[in-house]
Amino acid sequence: MNNMMAIYRKEVGAYFKSPMAYIFLVFFALFNGYFFSNTFFLFSQSDMRALFNITPMIYLIFVPAVTMGVLAREKSAGTHELMATLPIKNFELVIGKYLSAFTLVLAGLGFTLIHFFTLLAVGTNIDYGGVICGYLGLALVGAFYAAIGTFTSSLTDNQVVAFILAAVFVLGFYLLDKLLIFVPAAFAGPIQFMAVDYHLSNMSRGVVDSRNLVYFGSLIWLFLALTVRGIDMRKWR
Amino acid sequence: MIRVENLEKYYGDIHALKGIDFEIDDGEIVGFLGANGAGKSTTLKIMTGFLAPSAGNVFIDDLNIQDHSLDIREQIGYLPEMNPLYGEMRVYDYLEFISQIRGIDAGEFKTALDRVVEQCGLHDVIHLPISACSKGYKQRVGLSAAILHDPRVLIFDEPVSGLDPNQIVEIRNLIRELGQQKMVIISSHILQEIEATVDRIVIIDHGEIVANGTSQELMAGFMGRTQLTLDVKYADEDSLAALTNSVDEIEVANIEMVDGRSILSIEYAREVDPREAIFDYAKNSGWAILEMTQNQVLLEDVFRGLTGEGGGDE
Repeated sequence: MNNMMAIYRKEVGAYFKSPMAYIFLVFFALFNGYFFSNTFFLFSQSDMRALFNITPMIYLIFVPAVTMGVLAREKSAGTHELMATLPIKNFELVIGKYLSAFTLVLAGLGFTLIHFFTLLAVGTNIDYGGVICGYLGLALVGAFYAAIGTFTSSLTDNQVVAFILAAVFVLGFYLLDKLLIFVPAAFAGPIQFMAVDYHLSNMSRGVVDSRNLVYFGSLIWLFLALTVRGIDMRKWR
Repeated sequence: MIRVENLEKYYGDIHALKGIDFEIDDGEIVGFLGANGAGKSTTLKIMTGFLAPSAGNVFIDDLNIQDHSLDIREQIGYLPEMNPLYGEMRVYDYLEFISQIRGIDAGEFKTALDRVVEQCGLHDVIHLPISACSKGYKQRVGLSAAILHDPRVLIFDEPVSGLDPNQIVEIRNLIRELGQQKMVIISSHILQEIEATVDRIVIIDHGEIVANGTSQELMAGFMGRTQLTLDVKYADEDSLAALTNSVDEIEVANIEMVDGRSILSIEYAREVDPREAIFDYAKNSGWAILEMTQNQVLLEDVFRGLTGEGGGDE
Protein backbone atom coordinates (compact mmCIF):
# COMPACT_ATOMS: atom_id res chain seq x y z
CA MET A 1 0.00 0.00 0.00
CA ASN A 2 2.87 2.38 0.88
CA ASN A 3 4.53 1.66 -2.45
CA MET A 4 1.27 2.27 -4.29
CA MET A 5 0.79 5.61 -2.55
CA ALA A 6 4.41 6.63 -3.19
CA ILE A 7 3.93 5.93 -6.90
CA TYR A 8 0.55 7.67 -6.89
CA ARG A 9 1.98 10.81 -5.28
CA LYS A 10 4.94 10.86 -7.66
CA GLU A 11 2.70 10.49 -10.71
CA VAL A 12 0.17 13.11 -9.62
CA GLY A 13 3.08 15.44 -8.87
CA ALA A 14 4.52 14.76 -12.33
CA TYR A 15 1.16 15.55 -13.97
CA PHE A 16 0.76 18.88 -12.25
CA LYS A 17 4.41 19.92 -12.62
CA SER A 18 4.09 19.75 -16.39
CA PRO A 19 1.92 22.08 -18.48
CA MET A 20 0.22 19.12 -20.16
CA ALA A 21 -2.20 18.47 -17.29
CA TYR A 22 -3.35 22.09 -17.33
CA ILE A 23 -3.71 22.08 -21.11
CA PHE A 24 -5.79 18.88 -20.97
CA LEU A 25 -7.99 20.26 -18.19
CA VAL A 26 -8.56 23.62 -19.88
CA PHE A 27 -9.52 21.99 -23.19
CA PHE A 28 -11.75 19.49 -21.38
CA ALA A 29 -13.52 22.32 -19.54
CA LEU A 30 -13.84 24.45 -22.68
CA PHE A 31 -15.34 21.67 -24.81
CA ASN A 32 -17.75 20.59 -22.09
CA GLY A 33 -18.71 24.19 -21.37
CA TYR A 34 -19.34 25.02 -25.02
CA PHE A 35 -21.50 21.99 -25.80
CA PHE A 36 -23.37 22.09 -22.48
CA SER A 37 -24.24 25.79 -22.51
CA ASN A 38 -25.23 25.61 -26.19
CA THR A 39 -28.27 23.52 -25.41
CA PHE A 40 -28.78 24.28 -21.73
CA PHE A 41 -30.23 27.74 -22.27
CA LEU A 42 -31.97 26.70 -25.49
CA PHE A 43 -34.19 24.01 -23.97
CA SER A 44 -34.75 25.69 -20.58
CA GLN A 45 -34.70 22.36 -18.71
CA SER A 46 -33.39 22.07 -15.13
CA ASP A 47 -31.22 19.02 -15.73
CA MET A 48 -27.69 18.17 -16.81
CA ARG A 49 -28.50 15.59 -19.47
CA ALA A 50 -26.63 17.66 -22.05
CA LEU A 51 -23.43 17.37 -20.01
CA PHE A 52 -23.95 13.67 -19.36
CA ASN A 53 -24.37 13.13 -23.11
CA ILE A 54 -21.40 15.19 -24.29
CA THR A 55 -18.76 14.26 -21.68
CA PRO A 56 -18.48 10.57 -22.71
CA MET A 57 -17.71 11.75 -26.25
CA ILE A 58 -15.04 14.18 -25.04
CA TYR A 59 -13.66 11.34 -22.92
CA LEU A 60 -12.93 9.45 -26.16
CA ILE A 61 -10.01 11.83 -26.74
CA PHE A 62 -9.37 13.20 -23.25
CA VAL A 63 -8.84 9.94 -21.34
CA PRO A 64 -6.48 8.32 -23.88
CA ALA A 65 -4.50 11.58 -23.89
CA VAL A 66 -4.21 11.45 -20.10
CA THR A 67 -3.22 7.77 -19.95
CA MET A 68 -1.02 7.45 -23.04
CA GLY A 69 2.19 8.11 -21.12
CA VAL A 70 1.35 6.26 -17.93
CA LEU A 71 3.51 3.22 -18.70
CA ALA A 72 4.74 3.90 -22.26
CA ARG A 73 6.81 6.86 -21.03
CA GLU A 74 8.54 4.62 -18.45
CA LYS A 75 9.52 2.22 -21.19
CA SER A 76 10.75 4.86 -23.62
CA ALA A 77 12.76 6.64 -20.88
CA GLY A 78 14.17 3.35 -19.56
CA THR A 79 12.83 4.01 -16.04
CA HIS A 80 10.84 0.76 -16.27
CA GLU A 81 14.16 -0.99 -15.55
CA LEU A 82 14.53 1.10 -12.43
CA MET A 83 10.99 0.32 -11.28
CA ALA A 84 11.34 -3.38 -12.09
CA THR A 85 14.43 -3.66 -9.90
CA LEU A 86 12.93 -1.83 -6.93
CA PRO A 87 11.03 -3.91 -4.36
CA ILE A 88 7.61 -3.09 -5.83
CA LYS A 89 4.94 -5.57 -6.83
CA ASN A 90 3.70 -5.03 -10.37
CA PHE A 91 0.11 -4.55 -9.22
CA GLU A 92 1.26 -1.75 -6.88
CA LEU A 93 2.94 -0.04 -9.81
CA VAL A 94 -0.09 -0.43 -12.08
CA ILE A 95 -2.69 0.60 -9.51
CA GLY A 96 -0.62 3.59 -8.36
CA LYS A 97 -0.26 4.81 -11.93
CA TYR A 98 -3.87 4.04 -12.82
CA LEU A 99 -5.17 5.97 -9.82
CA SER A 100 -3.04 8.98 -10.72
CA ALA A 101 -4.51 9.03 -14.25
CA PHE A 102 -8.01 8.59 -12.83
CA THR A 103 -7.35 11.50 -10.48
CA LEU A 104 -6.68 13.74 -13.47
CA VAL A 105 -9.90 12.51 -15.08
CA LEU A 106 -11.77 13.32 -11.87
CA ALA A 107 -10.12 16.74 -11.78
CA GLY A 108 -11.46 17.34 -15.28
CA LEU A 109 -14.88 16.20 -14.17
CA GLY A 110 -14.58 18.53 -11.17
CA PHE A 111 -14.30 21.49 -13.55
CA THR A 112 -17.76 20.66 -14.92
CA LEU A 113 -19.30 21.28 -11.49
CA ILE A 114 -19.46 24.91 -12.54
CA HIS A 115 -22.38 23.89 -14.75
CA PHE A 116 -24.09 22.32 -11.75
CA PHE A 117 -23.71 25.57 -9.85
CA THR A 118 -25.13 27.40 -12.86
CA LEU A 119 -28.07 25.02 -12.72
CA LEU A 120 -28.48 25.73 -9.01
CA ALA A 121 -28.50 29.45 -9.73
CA VAL A 122 -31.00 29.48 -12.57
CA GLY A 123 -32.87 26.15 -12.36
CA THR A 124 -35.98 25.00 -10.58
CA ASN A 125 -37.12 21.54 -9.39
CA ILE A 126 -33.65 20.10 -9.79
CA ASP A 127 -33.41 16.30 -9.65
CA TYR A 128 -30.40 16.05 -7.33
CA GLY A 129 -30.49 12.25 -7.40
CA GLY A 130 -30.26 12.30 -11.19
CA VAL A 131 -27.33 14.70 -11.09
CA ILE A 132 -25.44 12.61 -8.52
CA CYS A 133 -26.13 9.39 -10.44
CA GLY A 134 -25.07 11.06 -13.67
CA TYR A 135 -21.79 12.20 -12.17
CA LEU A 136 -21.25 8.73 -10.70
CA GLY A 137 -21.79 7.31 -14.19
CA LEU A 138 -19.30 9.74 -15.73
CA ALA A 139 -16.75 8.91 -13.03
CA LEU A 140 -17.19 5.18 -13.69
CA VAL A 141 -16.86 5.65 -17.45
CA GLY A 142 -13.73 7.73 -16.84
CA ALA A 143 -12.38 4.98 -14.56
CA PHE A 144 -13.13 2.35 -17.19
CA TYR A 145 -11.51 4.31 -20.01
CA ALA A 146 -8.49 5.05 -17.79
CA ALA A 147 -8.09 1.30 -17.21
CA ILE A 148 -8.17 0.74 -20.98
CA GLY A 149 -5.64 3.54 -21.48
CA THR A 150 -3.36 2.12 -18.78
CA PHE A 151 -3.50 -1.24 -20.52
CA THR A 152 -2.70 0.11 -24.01
CA SER A 153 0.09 2.25 -22.52
CA SER A 154 1.71 -0.95 -21.22
CA LEU A 155 1.77 -2.48 -24.70
CA THR A 156 4.20 -0.04 -26.30
CA ASP A 157 6.93 2.48 -25.62
CA ASN A 158 5.36 4.93 -28.07
CA GLN A 159 2.85 7.30 -26.48
CA VAL A 160 1.16 8.10 -29.81
CA VAL A 161 0.59 4.41 -30.48
CA ALA A 162 -0.75 4.02 -26.92
CA PHE A 163 -3.12 6.94 -27.51
CA ILE A 164 -4.43 5.55 -30.81
CA LEU A 165 -4.90 2.06 -29.37
CA ALA A 166 -6.77 3.44 -26.37
CA ALA A 167 -8.93 5.68 -28.59
CA VAL A 168 -9.83 2.67 -30.79
CA PHE A 169 -10.72 0.54 -27.72
CA VAL A 170 -12.86 3.19 -26.02
CA LEU A 171 -14.55 4.11 -29.29
CA GLY A 172 -15.36 0.42 -29.76
CA PHE A 173 -17.04 0.17 -26.35
CA TYR A 174 -18.79 3.49 -26.94
CA LEU A 175 -20.18 2.49 -30.34
CA LEU A 176 -21.21 -1.08 -29.48
CA ASP A 177 -24.87 -0.29 -28.88
CA LYS A 178 -25.01 1.79 -32.07
CA LEU A 179 -24.25 -1.41 -34.00
CA LEU A 180 -27.19 -3.37 -32.63
CA ILE A 181 -29.23 -2.95 -35.80
CA PHE A 182 -26.55 -4.87 -37.72
CA VAL A 183 -26.35 -7.92 -35.45
CA PRO A 184 -28.65 -10.95 -35.17
CA ALA A 185 -31.25 -10.70 -32.41
CA ALA A 186 -29.59 -13.54 -30.47
CA PHE A 187 -26.43 -11.48 -30.01
CA ALA A 188 -28.14 -8.15 -29.44
CA GLY A 189 -28.54 -8.66 -25.67
CA PRO A 190 -24.91 -9.53 -24.85
CA ILE A 191 -23.57 -6.84 -27.18
CA GLN A 192 -25.85 -4.24 -25.69
CA PHE A 193 -24.69 -5.25 -22.22
CA MET A 194 -21.07 -4.72 -23.29
CA ALA A 195 -21.80 -1.18 -24.51
CA VAL A 196 -20.78 1.69 -22.25
CA ASP A 197 -23.65 3.87 -23.37
CA TYR A 198 -26.24 1.32 -22.27
CA HIS A 199 -25.02 1.45 -18.66
CA LEU A 200 -24.30 5.16 -18.66
CA SER A 201 -27.73 6.10 -19.99
CA ASN A 202 -29.33 4.19 -17.09
CA MET A 203 -27.29 6.15 -14.61
CA SER A 204 -27.90 9.48 -16.38
CA ARG A 205 -31.59 8.92 -15.75
CA GLY A 206 -30.88 8.54 -12.05
CA VAL A 207 -31.03 4.75 -11.96
CA VAL A 208 -28.13 2.86 -10.43
CA ASP A 209 -28.50 -0.84 -11.09
CA SER A 210 -26.06 -3.34 -9.61
CA ARG A 211 -25.51 -4.64 -13.16
CA ASN A 212 -24.07 -1.26 -14.09
CA LEU A 213 -21.65 -1.37 -11.18
CA VAL A 214 -20.69 -4.98 -11.93
CA TYR A 215 -20.12 -4.06 -15.59
CA PHE A 216 -17.76 -1.18 -14.85
CA GLY A 217 -16.07 -2.93 -11.93
CA SER A 218 -15.36 -6.13 -13.80
CA LEU A 219 -14.06 -4.42 -16.95
CA ILE A 220 -11.82 -2.11 -14.93
CA TRP A 221 -10.48 -5.16 -13.09
CA LEU A 222 -10.01 -7.06 -16.38
CA PHE A 223 -7.94 -4.34 -18.06
CA LEU A 224 -5.83 -3.68 -14.98
CA ALA A 225 -5.25 -7.42 -14.52
CA LEU A 226 -4.17 -7.66 -18.18
CA THR A 227 -1.78 -4.76 -17.60
CA VAL A 228 -0.23 -6.42 -14.55
CA ARG A 229 0.04 -9.72 -16.41
CA GLY A 230 1.70 -8.00 -19.38
CA ILE A 231 4.29 -6.39 -17.11
CA ASP A 232 4.87 -9.74 -15.37
CA MET A 233 5.56 -11.28 -18.78
CA ARG A 234 8.16 -8.67 -19.77
CA LYS A 235 10.90 -10.31 -17.74
CA TRP A 236 10.43 -13.54 -19.69
CA ARG A 237 11.04 -11.93 -23.08
CA MET B 1 27.45 -14.45 -0.51
CA ILE B 2 26.11 -14.32 -4.08
CA ARG B 3 26.05 -17.56 -6.03
CA VAL B 4 25.22 -17.57 -9.73
CA GLU B 5 24.49 -21.10 -10.88
CA ASN B 6 24.44 -22.30 -14.47
CA LEU B 7 22.66 -19.18 -15.75
CA GLU B 8 21.23 -19.50 -19.24
CA LYS B 9 19.24 -17.01 -21.26
CA TYR B 10 17.64 -17.28 -24.68
CA TYR B 11 16.35 -14.28 -26.63
CA GLY B 12 14.28 -16.15 -29.19
CA ASP B 13 16.84 -18.30 -31.02
CA ILE B 14 19.80 -16.40 -29.64
CA HIS B 15 21.58 -18.24 -26.84
CA ALA B 16 22.81 -15.17 -24.93
CA LEU B 17 24.05 -16.90 -21.76
CA LYS B 18 25.42 -20.42 -21.89
CA GLY B 19 25.79 -21.51 -18.29
CA ILE B 20 27.31 -18.70 -16.23
CA ASP B 21 28.71 -19.77 -12.83
CA PHE B 22 30.51 -17.64 -10.27
CA GLU B 23 30.45 -16.61 -6.62
CA ILE B 24 31.04 -13.33 -4.83
CA ASP B 25 31.90 -13.00 -1.15
CA ASP B 26 31.06 -10.17 1.23
CA GLY B 27 33.58 -7.34 0.99
CA GLU B 28 34.59 -8.26 -2.55
CA ILE B 29 34.49 -6.02 -5.63
CA VAL B 30 34.11 -7.94 -8.86
CA GLY B 31 34.45 -6.45 -12.33
CA PHE B 32 32.58 -7.71 -15.36
CA LEU B 33 34.36 -7.36 -18.67
CA GLY B 34 32.98 -8.34 -22.02
CA ALA B 35 32.58 -7.16 -25.58
CA ASN B 36 29.33 -6.02 -27.19
CA GLY B 37 26.66 -8.68 -26.73
CA ALA B 38 28.93 -10.87 -24.62
CA GLY B 39 26.20 -11.24 -22.01
CA LYS B 40 27.44 -9.14 -19.11
CA SER B 41 24.46 -6.76 -18.99
CA THR B 42 22.08 -9.71 -19.40
CA THR B 43 23.74 -11.38 -16.41
CA LEU B 44 23.38 -8.22 -14.32
CA LYS B 45 19.74 -7.76 -15.38
CA ILE B 46 18.97 -11.32 -14.27
CA MET B 47 20.77 -10.77 -10.96
CA THR B 48 18.62 -7.69 -10.28
CA GLY B 49 15.36 -9.44 -11.19
CA PHE B 50 14.73 -7.34 -14.30
CA LEU B 51 14.95 -10.40 -16.55
CA ALA B 52 14.11 -14.00 -15.79
CA PRO B 53 16.69 -16.65 -16.66
CA SER B 54 15.82 -19.40 -19.13
CA ALA B 55 17.65 -21.79 -16.78
CA GLY B 56 19.80 -21.58 -13.67
CA ASN B 57 19.41 -19.35 -10.67
CA VAL B 58 20.94 -16.55 -8.62
CA PHE B 59 21.26 -16.93 -4.86
CA ILE B 60 21.96 -14.36 -2.18
CA ASP B 61 22.68 -16.53 0.84
CA ASP B 62 19.74 -18.97 0.78
CA LEU B 63 17.32 -16.78 -1.18
CA ASN B 64 16.98 -17.33 -4.91
CA ILE B 65 15.85 -14.80 -7.49
CA GLN B 66 13.18 -17.06 -8.98
CA ASP B 67 11.19 -17.53 -5.77
CA HIS B 68 12.25 -14.52 -3.64
CA SER B 69 12.64 -11.75 -6.19
CA LEU B 70 11.24 -9.04 -3.89
CA ASP B 71 13.43 -10.07 -0.95
CA ILE B 72 16.50 -10.06 -3.16
CA ARG B 73 15.60 -6.72 -4.73
CA GLU B 74 15.45 -5.25 -1.22
CA GLN B 75 19.08 -6.25 -0.70
CA ILE B 76 20.35 -4.88 -4.00
CA GLY B 77 21.27 -1.36 -5.05
CA TYR B 78 21.38 -1.12 -8.83
CA LEU B 79 22.65 1.55 -11.20
CA PRO B 80 21.51 0.58 -14.72
CA GLU B 81 23.75 1.27 -17.70
CA MET B 82 21.61 4.10 -19.11
CA ASN B 83 21.02 5.56 -15.61
CA PRO B 84 17.30 6.22 -16.14
CA LEU B 85 15.96 9.02 -13.94
CA TYR B 86 12.77 11.04 -13.65
CA GLY B 87 14.00 14.34 -15.08
CA GLU B 88 10.98 16.34 -13.95
CA MET B 89 11.65 15.57 -10.27
CA ARG B 90 14.00 17.50 -8.04
CA VAL B 91 16.97 15.48 -6.76
CA TYR B 92 15.60 15.67 -3.21
CA ASP B 93 12.12 14.53 -4.27
CA TYR B 94 13.56 11.65 -6.28
CA LEU B 95 15.65 10.39 -3.37
CA GLU B 96 12.64 10.78 -1.07
CA PHE B 97 10.54 8.74 -3.51
CA ILE B 98 13.19 6.01 -3.62
CA SER B 99 13.33 6.01 0.19
CA GLN B 100 9.56 5.54 0.39
CA ILE B 101 9.72 2.60 -2.00
CA ARG B 102 12.64 1.18 -0.01
CA GLY B 103 10.58 1.44 3.20
CA ILE B 104 12.86 4.01 4.84
CA ASP B 105 10.85 6.07 7.31
CA ALA B 106 11.03 9.87 7.43
CA GLY B 107 13.49 9.98 10.33
CA GLU B 108 15.88 7.48 8.77
CA PHE B 109 15.56 9.23 5.42
CA LYS B 110 17.16 12.39 6.80
CA THR B 111 20.18 10.41 8.00
CA ALA B 112 20.40 8.39 4.78
CA LEU B 113 20.06 11.54 2.69
CA ASP B 114 22.87 13.29 4.57
CA ARG B 115 25.06 10.23 4.06
CA VAL B 116 24.53 9.89 0.29
CA VAL B 117 24.71 13.65 -0.32
CA GLU B 118 28.09 13.62 1.41
CA GLN B 119 29.34 10.46 -0.30
CA CYS B 120 28.21 11.46 -3.80
CA GLY B 121 28.81 15.21 -3.52
CA LEU B 122 25.25 16.30 -4.24
CA HIS B 123 25.20 19.47 -2.07
CA ASP B 124 25.03 21.84 -5.02
CA VAL B 125 22.19 20.13 -6.88
CA ILE B 126 19.98 18.65 -4.16
CA HIS B 127 17.15 21.13 -4.83
CA LEU B 128 17.54 21.27 -8.62
CA PRO B 129 15.36 19.37 -11.10
CA ILE B 130 17.26 16.30 -12.27
CA SER B 131 16.86 17.44 -15.89
CA ALA B 132 18.89 20.57 -15.03
CA CYS B 133 21.85 18.54 -13.71
CA SER B 134 24.98 17.80 -15.76
CA LYS B 135 25.60 14.24 -16.91
CA GLY B 136 28.13 13.77 -14.14
CA TYR B 137 25.67 14.90 -11.49
CA LYS B 138 22.95 12.70 -12.98
CA GLN B 139 25.34 9.76 -12.63
CA ARG B 140 25.88 10.70 -8.99
CA VAL B 141 22.11 10.93 -8.43
CA GLY B 142 21.74 7.41 -9.85
CA LEU B 143 24.54 6.18 -7.58
CA SER B 144 23.07 7.86 -4.51
CA ALA B 145 19.67 6.26 -5.21
CA ALA B 146 21.39 2.87 -5.46
CA ILE B 147 23.13 3.21 -2.08
CA LEU B 148 20.40 5.15 -0.21
CA HIS B 149 19.08 2.05 1.60
CA ASP B 150 22.60 0.86 2.47
CA PRO B 151 22.19 -2.43 0.58
CA ARG B 152 24.37 -5.53 0.97
CA VAL B 153 24.81 -5.91 -2.77
CA LEU B 154 25.66 -3.15 -5.22
CA ILE B 155 25.44 -3.66 -8.95
CA PHE B 156 26.80 -0.85 -11.10
CA ASP B 157 26.57 -1.02 -14.87
CA GLU B 158 29.11 1.49 -16.25
CA PRO B 159 29.26 3.60 -13.05
CA VAL B 160 31.81 6.18 -14.25
CA SER B 161 30.33 6.73 -17.68
CA GLY B 162 30.19 10.45 -18.44
CA LEU B 163 32.27 11.55 -15.45
CA ASP B 164 35.34 13.77 -15.67
CA PRO B 165 38.71 12.44 -14.42
CA ASN B 166 38.34 14.01 -10.96
CA GLN B 167 34.85 12.61 -10.56
CA ILE B 168 36.07 9.19 -11.74
CA VAL B 169 38.66 9.14 -8.96
CA GLU B 170 36.02 10.19 -6.39
CA ILE B 171 33.55 7.52 -7.51
CA ARG B 172 36.30 4.90 -7.68
CA ASN B 173 37.27 5.72 -4.10
CA LEU B 174 33.61 5.58 -3.06
CA ILE B 175 33.19 2.16 -4.68
CA ARG B 176 36.34 0.88 -2.98
CA GLU B 177 35.07 2.21 0.35
CA LEU B 178 31.67 0.55 -0.18
CA GLY B 179 33.37 -2.65 -1.28
CA GLN B 180 35.02 -3.10 2.12
CA GLN B 181 31.74 -4.31 3.62
CA LYS B 182 29.50 -5.02 0.65
CA MET B 183 29.43 -7.19 -2.41
CA VAL B 184 30.01 -4.92 -5.39
CA ILE B 185 29.71 -5.89 -9.03
CA ILE B 186 30.82 -3.44 -11.69
CA SER B 187 30.45 -3.77 -15.40
CA SER B 188 32.63 -1.49 -17.48
CA HIS B 189 34.19 -1.34 -20.90
CA ILE B 190 37.06 0.77 -19.56
CA LEU B 191 39.70 -1.84 -18.81
CA GLN B 192 41.88 0.53 -16.77
CA GLU B 193 38.85 1.45 -14.67
CA ILE B 194 38.10 -2.17 -13.89
CA GLU B 195 41.75 -2.88 -13.13
CA ALA B 196 41.99 0.10 -10.77
CA THR B 197 38.78 -0.57 -8.87
CA VAL B 198 38.06 -4.27 -8.51
CA ASP B 199 39.48 -7.18 -6.53
CA ARG B 200 38.57 -9.78 -9.12
CA ILE B 201 37.71 -9.76 -12.83
CA VAL B 202 35.21 -11.96 -14.65
CA ILE B 203 35.56 -11.89 -18.44
CA ILE B 204 32.51 -12.99 -20.42
CA ASP B 205 32.62 -13.85 -24.09
CA HIS B 206 29.69 -15.09 -26.18
CA GLY B 207 27.68 -15.92 -23.08
CA GLU B 208 30.42 -17.88 -21.33
CA ILE B 209 32.94 -17.02 -18.64
CA VAL B 210 36.39 -17.26 -20.21
CA ALA B 211 38.41 -15.95 -17.26
CA ASN B 212 37.87 -15.39 -13.56
CA GLY B 213 40.58 -14.12 -11.22
CA THR B 214 42.60 -11.14 -10.05
CA SER B 215 44.22 -9.02 -12.76
CA GLN B 216 47.63 -10.41 -11.73
CA GLU B 217 46.35 -13.98 -12.03
CA LEU B 218 44.80 -13.30 -15.42
CA MET B 219 47.91 -11.64 -16.75
CA ALA B 220 50.21 -14.30 -15.35
CA GLY B 221 48.05 -17.05 -16.78
CA PHE B 222 47.94 -15.40 -20.17
CA MET B 223 51.58 -14.36 -20.39
CA GLY B 224 53.25 -17.80 -20.61
CA ARG B 225 56.84 -16.65 -21.31
CA THR B 226 58.34 -13.21 -20.74
CA GLN B 227 59.57 -11.32 -23.77
CA LEU B 228 62.52 -8.94 -23.80
CA THR B 229 63.53 -6.59 -26.61
CA LEU B 230 67.24 -5.75 -26.83
CA ASP B 231 68.45 -2.99 -29.16
CA VAL B 232 72.28 -3.03 -29.55
CA LYS B 233 75.08 -1.69 -31.78
CA TYR B 234 78.44 -3.22 -32.71
CA ALA B 235 77.17 -6.81 -32.39
CA ASP B 236 78.89 -9.26 -34.78
CA GLU B 237 77.24 -12.39 -36.10
CA ASP B 238 79.29 -14.78 -33.95
CA SER B 239 78.51 -13.08 -30.66
CA LEU B 240 74.85 -12.83 -31.59
CA ALA B 241 74.73 -16.54 -32.42
CA ALA B 242 76.46 -17.47 -29.16
CA LEU B 243 74.04 -15.55 -26.94
CA THR B 244 71.55 -18.39 -26.52
CA ASN B 245 74.22 -20.79 -25.30
CA SER B 246 76.00 -18.25 -23.15
CA VAL B 247 73.05 -17.13 -20.98
CA ASP B 248 71.01 -19.83 -19.23
CA GLU B 249 67.30 -20.35 -19.88
CA ILE B 250 66.87 -17.81 -22.68
CA GLU B 251 65.89 -18.27 -26.29
CA VAL B 252 66.55 -15.73 -29.03
CA ALA B 253 63.31 -15.76 -30.99
CA ASN B 254 64.26 -13.20 -33.63
CA ILE B 255 67.08 -10.89 -34.71
CA GLU B 256 66.36 -7.90 -36.92
CA MET B 257 69.09 -5.75 -38.44
CA VAL B 258 68.16 -2.04 -38.74
CA ASP B 259 70.67 0.68 -39.73
CA GLY B 260 73.66 -1.17 -38.27
CA ARG B 261 71.75 -2.00 -35.08
CA SER B 262 70.59 -5.42 -34.02
CA ILE B 263 67.16 -5.72 -32.45
CA LEU B 264 66.82 -9.02 -30.60
CA SER B 265 63.61 -10.58 -29.33
CA ILE B 266 64.48 -12.80 -26.38
CA GLU B 267 62.10 -15.10 -24.49
CA TYR B 268 62.46 -16.81 -21.13
CA ALA B 269 60.32 -18.40 -18.46
CA ARG B 270 58.31 -16.11 -16.19
CA GLU B 271 60.03 -17.45 -13.10
CA VAL B 272 63.55 -16.31 -14.11
CA ASP B 273 65.14 -12.90 -14.70
CA PRO B 274 68.23 -13.19 -16.91
CA ARG B 275 68.54 -9.46 -17.64
CA GLU B 276 71.72 -9.00 -15.60
CA ALA B 277 73.38 -11.97 -17.37
CA ILE B 278 72.33 -10.59 -20.74
CA PHE B 279 73.78 -7.19 -19.79
CA ASP B 280 77.09 -8.77 -18.73
CA TYR B 281 77.28 -10.80 -21.95
CA ALA B 282 76.62 -7.67 -24.05
CA LYS B 283 79.28 -5.72 -22.16
CA ASN B 284 81.85 -8.50 -22.51
CA SER B 285 81.07 -8.86 -26.20
CA GLY B 286 81.62 -5.16 -26.83
CA TRP B 287 78.00 -4.35 -27.67
CA ALA B 288 76.57 -0.92 -27.00
CA ILE B 289 73.13 -1.35 -25.45
CA LEU B 290 70.72 1.29 -26.78
CA GLU B 291 67.60 -0.14 -25.19
CA MET B 292 66.51 -3.13 -23.10
CA THR B 293 62.77 -3.52 -22.56
CA GLN B 294 60.98 -6.32 -20.77
CA ASN B 295 57.55 -6.40 -22.41
CA GLN B 296 54.61 -6.10 -20.01
CA VAL B 297 51.39 -7.97 -20.63
CA LEU B 298 48.47 -5.61 -20.10
CA LEU B 299 44.91 -6.49 -19.11
CA GLU B 300 43.98 -5.32 -22.59
CA ASP B 301 46.22 -8.04 -24.07
CA VAL B 302 44.50 -10.63 -21.89
CA PHE B 303 41.09 -9.32 -22.93
CA ARG B 304 42.01 -9.30 -26.61
CA GLY B 305 43.54 -12.74 -26.36
CA LEU B 306 40.51 -14.26 -24.65
CA THR B 307 37.78 -12.53 -26.60
CA GLY B 308 39.39 -11.44 -29.83
CA GLU B 309 38.18 -7.90 -29.06
CA GLY B 310 39.64 -4.62 -27.90
CA GLY B 311 36.81 -3.94 -25.44
CA GLY B 312 33.52 -2.18 -26.01
CA ASP B 313 30.15 -1.30 -24.62
CA GLU B 314 27.36 -3.70 -24.25
